Amino acid sequence: MIHSLFLINNAGDLFLEKHWKSVISRSICDYFFEAREKAVEPDNVPPVIRSPHHYLINIYREKIFFVSVIQTEVPPLFVIEFLHRVAETFQDYFGECSETTIKDNVVIVYELLEEMLDNGFPLATESNILKELIRPPTILRSMVNTITGSSNVGETLPTGQLSSIPWRRAGVKYTNNEAYFDVVEEIDAILDKSGTTVFAEIQGVIDACVKLSGMPDLSLSFMNPRLLDDVSFHPCVRYKRWESERVISFIPPDGNFQLMSYHISAQNLVAIPIYVKQNISFFETGSSGRLDITVGPKQTMGKTVECLVVTVHMPKVVLSANLNATQGTYNYDPVTKILLWDIGKLNPQKLPNLKGSLSLQSGAPKPEESPSLNIDLKIQQLAISGLKVNRLDMYGEKYKPFKGVKYVTKAGKFQVRT
Amino acid sequence: MSASSAFSDEKGGSASEPEYGHDPASGGIFSSDYKRHDDLKEMLDSNKDSLKLEAMKRIVAMIARGKNASDLFPAVVKNVACKNIEVKKLVYVYLVRYAEEQQDLALLSISTFQRGLKDPNQLIRASALRVLSSIRVTIIVPIMMLAIKEAASDMSPYVRKTAAHAIPKLHSLDPEQKDQLIEVIEKLLADKTTLVAGSVVMAFEEVCPDRIDLIHKNYRKLCNLLIDVEEWGQVVIINMLTRYARTQFLNPNINESLLEENSEKAFYASDDEEEEDKKAEPATLAKRKPYVMDPDHRLLLRNTKPLLQSRNAAVVMAVAQLYFHLAPKAEVGIIAKALVRLMRSHSEVQYVVLQNVATMSIKRRGMFEPYLKSFYIRSTDPTQIKVLKLEVLTNLANETNISTILREFQTYIKSMDKDFVAASIQAIGRCATNIGEVRDTCLNGLVQLLSNRDELVVAESVVVIKKLLQMQPEQHSDIIKHMAKLIDNIQVPMARASILWLIGEYCEHVPKIAPDVLRKMAKSFTNEEDIVKLQIINLAAKLYLTNSKQSKLLTQYVLNLAKYDQNYDIRDRARFIRQLIVPTDKSGALSKYAKKLFLALKPAPVLESPFKDRDHFQLGSLSHLLNAKAAGYQELPNWPESAPDPSVRNVEVITLLERVTTLTSIPDWSKCSSRKDRKEKKVEKPFYSDSEGESGPTESADSESDSGSGSASASGSDESGSGSESEESGEETESDEEEEDEEEEKKKRKKLDKTKAKKQAEESAESEQSSSAEDRKRGRKAVKNQKSASESESESESSESEEESEEESEEESESDTNVRKKRTPVLKQPPKQSKKESKKETQEMSLLDLDDYEPAPASASVTPVNFLSSSLVSDLEGLSLTDTILAPTTLAPSGSIKMYELLHRIKGEGLAVEYCFSRQPFSPEPNMVAVQIQFTNNTNSETKNLHIEDPRLQSGMRIREFAEIDVLAAGESVTVVMGIDFCDSTQAANFQLCTHTRKFFVSIQPPVGELMTPAFLTENDFKKEQGKLMGMNEILEKLTLGEKCVNEHVIVERVTATANLSRVPCGSDKECRFAGKTVSSGCLVLVTVTTKEGGGAQLTVNCEKMLIGTMLVKDILQALSQ
Repeated sequence: MIHSLFLINNAGDLFLEKHWKSVISRSICDYFFEAREKAVEPDNVPPVIRSPHHYLINIYREKIFFVSVIQTEVPPLFVIEFLHRVAETFQDYFGECSETTIKDNVVIVYELLEEMLDNGFPLATESNILKELIRPPTILRSMVNTITGSSNVGETLPTGQLSSIPWRRAGVKYTNNEAYFDVVEEIDAILDKSGTTVFAEIQGVIDACVKLSGMPDLSLSFMNPRLLDDVSFHPCVRYKRWESERVISFIPPDGNFQLMSYHISAQNLVAIPIYVKQNISFFETGSSGRLDITVGPKQTMGKTVECLVVTVHMPKVVLSANLNATQGTYNYDPVTKILLWDIGKLNPQKLPNLKGSLSLQSGAPKPEESPSLNIDLKIQQLAISGLKVNRLDMYGEKYKPFKGVKYVTKAGKFQVRT
Repeated sequence: MSASSAFSDEKGGSASEPEYGHDPASGGIFSSDYKRHDDLKEMLDSNKDSLKLEAMKRIVAMIARGKNASDLFPAVVKNVACKNIEVKKLVYVYLVRYAEEQQDLALLSISTFQRGLKDPNQLIRASALRVLSSIRVTIIVPIMMLAIKEAASDMSPYVRKTAAHAIPKLHSLDPEQKDQLIEVIEKLLADKTTLVAGSVVMAFEEVCPDRIDLIHKNYRKLCNLLIDVEEWGQVVIINMLTRYARTQFLNPNINESLLEENSEKAFYASDDEEEEDKKAEPATLAKRKPYVMDPDHRLLLRNTKPLLQSRNAAVVMAVAQLYFHLAPKAEVGIIAKALVRLMRSHSEVQYVVLQNVATMSIKRRGMFEPYLKSFYIRSTDPTQIKVLKLEVLTNLANETNISTILREFQTYIKSMDKDFVAASIQAIGRCATNIGEVRDTCLNGLVQLLSNRDELVVAESVVVIKKLLQMQPEQHSDIIKHMAKLIDNIQVPMARASILWLIGEYCEHVPKIAPDVLRKMAKSFTNEEDIVKLQIINLAAKLYLTNSKQSKLLTQYVLNLAKYDQNYDIRDRARFIRQLIVPTDKSGALSKYAKKLFLALKPAPVLESPFKDRDHFQLGSLSHLLNAKAAGYQELPNWPESAPDPSVRNVEVITLLERVTTLTSIPDWSKCSSRKDRKEKKVEKPFYSDSEGESGPTESADSESDSGSGSASASGSDESGSGSESEESGEETESDEEEEDEEEEKKKRKKLDKTKAKKQAEESAESEQSSSAEDRKRGRKAVKNQKSASESESESESSESEEESEEESEEESESDTNVRKKRTPVLKQPPKQSKKESKKETQEMSLLDLDDYEPAPASASVTPVNFLSSSLVSDLEGLSLTDTILAPTTLAPSGSIKMYELLHRIKGEGLAVEYCFSRQPFSPEPNMVAVQIQFTNNTNSETKNLHIEDPRLQSGMRIREFAEIDVLAAGESVTVVMGIDFCDSTQAANFQLCTHTRKFFVSIQPPVGELMTPAFLTENDFKKEQGKLMGMNEILEKLTLGEKCVNEHVIVERVTATANLSRVPCGSDKECRFAGKTVSSGCLVLVTVTTKEGGGAQLTVNCEKMLIGTMLVKDILQALSQ
């Protein structure tokens, strides 16, 4: 299956290699570099690249290319999904998955990779198990380790690997037993010029942070489970129970994990929290243009819209922008041609407005294309779909846990066409 | 290897490069090349573990950077027996990396591992085996073999798993060992733990993927364990089982594929040709053996389905491809939702999924149609994703959605991403070729693009226009002229070549311009690109043949230029053409035919998706993605002609009952915390203990197969479930031949309906061999003759949605067959209970009812299956016969149809026109409202040529005119039916009604109630749907009932008179429920009237289209309060 893995940074430096079968020369990456050059943008590199004897399957994450070498037929998604899992594990271990952290923790990275794959086949990918095998670095432990010479490798085999609950580590103990659930909903929408919704749907996830002792068996139920159109679960969730009773019943992994993700389809009416009035036009002569954007609340269910950011990808010929924002700050980057307007909190009494002129490259023809606006926003204490957690019950343990649910709505891929 | 070490040496040479170690001072160590590792060696030789660890860490860091650390081998290998577990681990890492290079030294470490293999700690045993099998030293092959064999029967499943992992390692090291390894695989395949299953199947796939016979005995176990195997194992197992199923089971679409071939043809073929097909069809169908799905096949489908909910994209994709390749057509649809969900994932995942969706959408377009909008493109998508989405959108385009898609494409053309714009233009071209109705619109749009400022856009448009024009050149000579003008400005070679080709090909349409273009091109010939040059020669040759007077010299000149061109292709071409067209004494026999050769009619190009026929590769595979066979790809075998013996999968029952506990199937697992408890539970559990256990994934194989056939006996009810509840569909449907045919029948009819062929629908009904179909048809014809609005027709024809048709079949089949008796529990099930549960119960009940068959002790597991299913066939045969004979019932009142005036007698100068909404489905286009128009000629002369002209409609609305009435004699009247798609709005449709002398402006405005058709829901479905349409979609209104609204009956009558709804059965007499769907978009409209004491009532309308809802409320309020 997966033969070798190379990590390559954005500048094209290969800074880590790992082989699970016999060594493959790193010159194989030349095929990748070739494709990388052709693609111009890093996210346009084809995920699968062919070389005469190998196939390179790569992902691009956090400015790092994870390039794996394959020799024989394997489902490409298998590899892609695994590589993402590797990146997530790094993130989990080191707080972020960047070139620096990987270089700083190269031994742990190597040990992790060793455990995650055996002969190219995934072995242990659950974070709970890995953490028992190889302890994540903390400042305290690394200090202690340097003094005592003790290791960050677990002494015994994690029980999870053997039990029928491979995602939970054994012997968990907390003094404060708590379980928090974040219902995060993202609105994916495309609005057209006139503000009508071309397409809108809600993508939700429930992130959990469960710190409970022993082997708790939780069940989470919703007030309105019918809303959920399509769901996917963490492996700990019992499918059958959901199928028959619409209750999420599970023995949680320890710590942070994503319990489920769901989808509320375009068939249901999706409330669009804000409206955008925009007018971006370029003049035939004079190499200039005008921009006027106003944002206002639409269906906010009485909550405040926060962290409102409008991003505009301008045509290449736009050199600079001379604008005036009634609220927030704007910034135009002439290199990436991105106009970023950070509004902050939306005040319904006084609608934020950004207005002014754009100057174009002199002599260049008026751009034909129309830039589109990407919106970012956040609404606290609201799940826009109306999904509500009904109750959380715990079985199997005696203590009384502290429970909490938080709702957040965000803009996902929220785009306004002009 | 040598290459790499050379490389690393070289790298190592540049010692000044800062080394990142944990010790900042270590940088200085590398000053001298030769002895640079001396300090490391010292550290390794020291007694302190901390120093050793430090050294090992730095060595591993070197390995990670690809530097050569091989000269440290002796120093490192000494530490293999180190007590410190981390040092040991790092030594292992080193060993695995370098053992191959230093085989002799590596042997020193072997004894440590051999000792490790005997260690009481399973962790140490496993890791010893892992390293031993990883070090690729050929001499130790026998030792490895022995170790693997031993580990395969280890007590610890973790060690057994490691053994499974070691198998492919040994195999790649020494393929000679294959036979022995297969023995080990066979042994491990029988393992009953989920931990081992994934790994051993992986080994199987790498070592002996063709030994399908090893799977037989383990098939059911693998199916049942599947849900609890870790995710990576699931992918491997599902892929393997897909291949297995292809060799062992019959094609579930065996009858369908036959139909499909025909229907495909029927789409385009003329009617009579099709009729022949249909006649031939029953014969071929009859020849085939009735298809009964193997219970094991069903088991696989059922047990993989929940995995569509997995968080792992690879698992979802694996299940999706399994369904695509193995499931009956009707069930494949469930994967669409999951695949669409994956599209929200990382862009690499999106890329792969879209590739697969593109392939699937060609074969099964209907599957993804509801998710059309999920494929809309955002400006922030990477180009490769955009292009793939475009591909899918193009594949999904059909007559009904093309207008939306084209509107979408229009926005894409304005994008900043030029590659994407080019792809969009091509997509428009493909839509235009595939869908004739929009060809002109597309062409016009593309011609407009010719004035675009961006050259790339223009060029791409030219190329696409060229292809489109080729289909009907006569009508478009002005476009050709326009393009001829463009040749001065366009620089993109491909576009220039296309224009020249067009002018040459249709030079007869543009006789004046063509020679002039050639003149210009002759001037610039030397500066052109090769493809343009070839086309210039081409143009010259064609002009010479058609218009030699004007172009003779020019042609000569061009050919002379070409003769000395640098490119030999061009020289060759010039020479060849000169011989062919210029008459000389030597010219051969061919020159006579020159004209025929050059000016032959060329067939229009077929713009095909690059994803066509890619599904011969297993979907989701690397080979599919690359569209080329990857190394080690296992072909997906074709279905066998006849099923191999299913009994090979039978296993001794005792071993099966001894199953592994599954967490996911037993909800209150944590309560029985001790192992002993669990065991007890296992034993105690009766065979058919409860519904929970029965459908549990770890159930023993043969009880599974029993329940499978059990569900078959209840298939009537299951079937209805599968249609209406997508999340349950296919889970328990054990389709049986008759049912299957029914299904196909309906599906097909639906398809044809869409493509406006009522006639075809009837013919397909004919192909159904049961006489009942004919009965129905006859009945239908009779109805039509009477032109009455009998609603029985609306019922029998309105099989628009599967849901409905299924429901209908259930209603219809309420006759006194024994099958029905068994089904009654479903119908009488208290509504509160969830559907799922009720189904399970009935399943059990019917299983027991059927022939009083007692579930036999499991030893004879297969015979009863056959027995059951065969008796089932006969049962269901009865069912399907009775099913259609019964007259369908609807609750729409007859005789309450209101006539509206379209044209008054006086205004129309003697011609009076009235119309009504007949409430029959308009069969040529199911999403149109049928309007019945009655013409009465009150004059004393004939009126001729009655027809419709110049419809002025709101956007989106469409009209389907009635056939022109040639003559309407004096005093006569005639009735015709036309269809109007009001787009679910009450906007009037304006048009002119023309006679041979006069034109009248008229308009038809529908009351909101006529914009819907009845939908047939059960009470449960109604409640479920209502639950989905809460909030803003619900309108509540209180009212006082009118004096005459005394009883339920009147209310029903009033409501159904106001709106074309059907009544939903309801337990309470205080409530009346009605359901319908809007005609155009099929949105559900649910109406509930709750009566209260003293004439009060409450009206609830649930509809996604709020406007329709509000208007309907108004209308019904009025009707009820009168």
